[in-house]
Amino acid sequence: MASILQLHNLKKYYATQKAVDDISFDIEEGNIFGLLGPNGAGKTTLLRMITGIFYPDSGSITFDGRPFDPENDIIKIGYMPEERGLYKKMKIGEQALYLAQLKGLSRSDAMKQIKFWFKRLEMESWWSKKVEDLSKGMSQKLQFVTTVLHEPKLIILDEPFSGLDPVNANLIKDEIYGLAQRGSTIIFSTHRMEQVEEICDHIVLVNLGKKILDGTVSEVKQQFKEHKFSIKLGSIPNGIDDAAYEVIEQKGNAFTMKINDGFQSNDVLQHFIGQGIMIESFNEILPSLNDIFIQLVNDTKSVSRAFN
Amino acid sequence: MNKIWIIARREFLSRVQKKTFLYTTILLPIVIFGLYGLIIYFSVKTADHFKIAIADNAKVFVGKIDGKEDFQFVFVQNESIASLKEKIAKKELDGYVWVPEGFSTANGDTISFVSGKTVGLMNREQIQKHINNSLEQQRLLSSLQISKSQLDSMQKGRDIKFATVDGKEENDAKAGISFGVGYASGFLIYIVLFIYGTMVMRGVMEEKTNRIAEVIISSVKPFQLMMGKITGIGAVGLVQFIIWIVLTVTLRIFLPLLIPGMVETTNVMNHGATEAMQTAKNSGAFDSVMSGLSDINFGLILSCFIFYFIGGYLLYSSLFAAVGSAVNEDPQDAQSLLLPITMPIIFGIVIMTKAVNDPTSGLAVFGSLFPLTSPIVMMARIPFGVPNTVPYWQLALSMIFLILGFLSTTWVSARIYRVGILMYGKKATWKELWKWAWR
Repeated sequence: MASILQLHNLKKYYATQKAVDDISFDIEEGNIFGLLGPNGAGKTTLLRMITGIFYPDSGSITFDGRPFDPENDIIKIGYMPEERGLYKKMKIGEQALYLAQLKGLSRSDAMKQIKFWFKRLEMESWWSKKVEDLSKGMSQKLQFVTTVLHEPKLIILDEPFSGLDPVNANLIKDEIYGLAQRGSTIIFSTHRMEQVEEICDHIVLVNLGKKILDGTVSEVKQQFKEHKFSIKLGSIPNGIDDAAYEVIEQKGNAFTMKINDGFQSNDVLQHFIGQGIMIESFNEILPSLNDIFIQLVNDTKSVSRAFN
Repeated sequence: MNKIWIIARREFLSRVQKKTFLYTTILLPIVIFGLYGLIIYFSVKTADHFKIAIADNAKVFVGKIDGKEDFQFVFVQNESIASLKEKIAKKELDGYVWVPEGFSTANGDTISFVSGKTVGLMNREQIQKHINNSLEQQRLLSSLQISKSQLDSMQKGRDIKFATVDGKEENDAKAGISFGVGYASGFLIYIVLFIYGTMVMRGVMEEKTNRIAEVIISSVKPFQLMMGKITGIGAVGLVQFIIWIVLTVTLRIFLPLLIPGMVETTNVMNHGATEAMQTAKNSGAFDSVMSGLSDINFGLILSCFIFYFIGGYLLYSSLFAAVGSAVNEDPQDAQSLLLPITMPIIFGIVIMTKAVNDPTSGLAVFGSLFPLTSPIVMMARIPFGVPNTVPYWQLALSMIFLILGFLSTTWVSARIYRVGILMYGKKATWKELWKWAWR
């Protein structure tokens, strides 16, 4: 599939630190892409360059096969920043209409889209309410709608689920899937790893302005696997120790074990089968993204991003 | 361009549709005129009648004090203070003046006035004037043997006619009116700059604190957002001003009809208002005021006013926008950053007060060319006459400088604004603003 967005050696330096230091990656069209990183990693700066708010100090961005031209391409992008913002005193319908028009939609098109989305997310009765009358979760929903109203090719969502209850979070999640299926590409910036694992196809992890990980979710997990398995046996064997593995934990007849270097999972299975022990279940334990995230971020802590 | 218009439209409508806009635009002039009318109404209606007894034991007044119908002076003899007080208690008298025996007008002796209730300031002045006039006449007669009217005719000065070399006669009335119109226009511009400038600043701060700036900036360029805001609020200002002018004119026409008696009073007040008017009345040439008014080119003044209104507003509002983008919620933060902006405005007012007195002085010419002060100072000079007082080249240069000035402040402000609007947390220092503008 073609890439919708390619970043080539992007750099953005502030007076005191390198906010984004030589980051490159590709995002494929129709993907749900996770941009991960701890607070202050440079995610927001990166997103602001992608949305044309900031100009990179060096490097280039290719959008939809051509060099990124913020003035014209901006209408193909929907950006929901982490800092949510709406005009508090403005009526919701008018607000959505205004933001849609700023994105380049004509009044009638905007109206049609708003009606469609308001109906879809059960917000029709909100039209003449003011934003200050909405709860946090409700205004979050409105913000999401105003971001995707113009059916942009690229949708950038910064922490889209913060402040949403599980019901509404699911609603928005389904919409994200739906948008991806209809051909939109979604960049999803967060530090909530369980959501990333669930939603994203591809992830990039940045820390201290540098990219430290890039790949699909399963690739990344494979890359960081520690050869841990959980095994449940029909009976507890007499001599458990073997050269092939190390037992990390034992709970009755359930074991967590790490396979030693030079051995494979089959060696373990053969060991037990050879003893005539029933194997009830055997699973590989892959590290969670959360563990990988914490491990990588801790590893890079000692790296300085200040200028030398 | 289209996006600037969409933003301007929202800024305009969201302000005009607010109730406070309705109040300030329509009710404010009505309230002011209402108060004005009430004051006049009461000053007409409640003219007090005073019956004052004069117990002239020293015979200084020779039995005569000129009083108008409101102040009746009655000379009494052989009355004691106690009996006078009794008459006040019975409301037969409002007050009495006790002149003790041996009182002399030549000495610094004082006369006391005793009244039943406290006398208002205006009436006090009237009573004092009547008594003093009478005393003065007595003194003139007794020591110089001339009457007051003889003295007046001796002191009466002749009016001097002022004319310029090109043969145009300038009457005093015109100078007075030019002064008034110039002062008023300069001051109006000053108020405009402040009111709508701070409105722009607050709008920017609101966008920043609402965190909506980033959402909008992802759809439009910061410059478009800033210009849209400035245009929209400028339109609000223009509409507000037009409504004020229309309301003022209609009220001026209709108010006298509602309150009879006001016309004469206002006329009397106006006559007493300026020296120019008085000389006009004395020489019997009320026409000179009228011709003075017609000499002033109100069409030119109005069109220049609109130009300097817009030019000055554009010049300063972008600076106000830049300050708004550099601070957070706290208006206190804005104060210190505003100082360098308010300084030239106040400087302009200072030059303006000099310029209305001497519209061709070097300072006035400088002030009317320098773009940061020209809207205020030039508006004060224009009523004195174009091209007599303000040559065409000065007017043209001033306008060109103003346009260049507003283009450059907008350019600098846009650069500060672009960075500032996305900065949260601490307020920016001047050093940082400088860096944002020039890097």
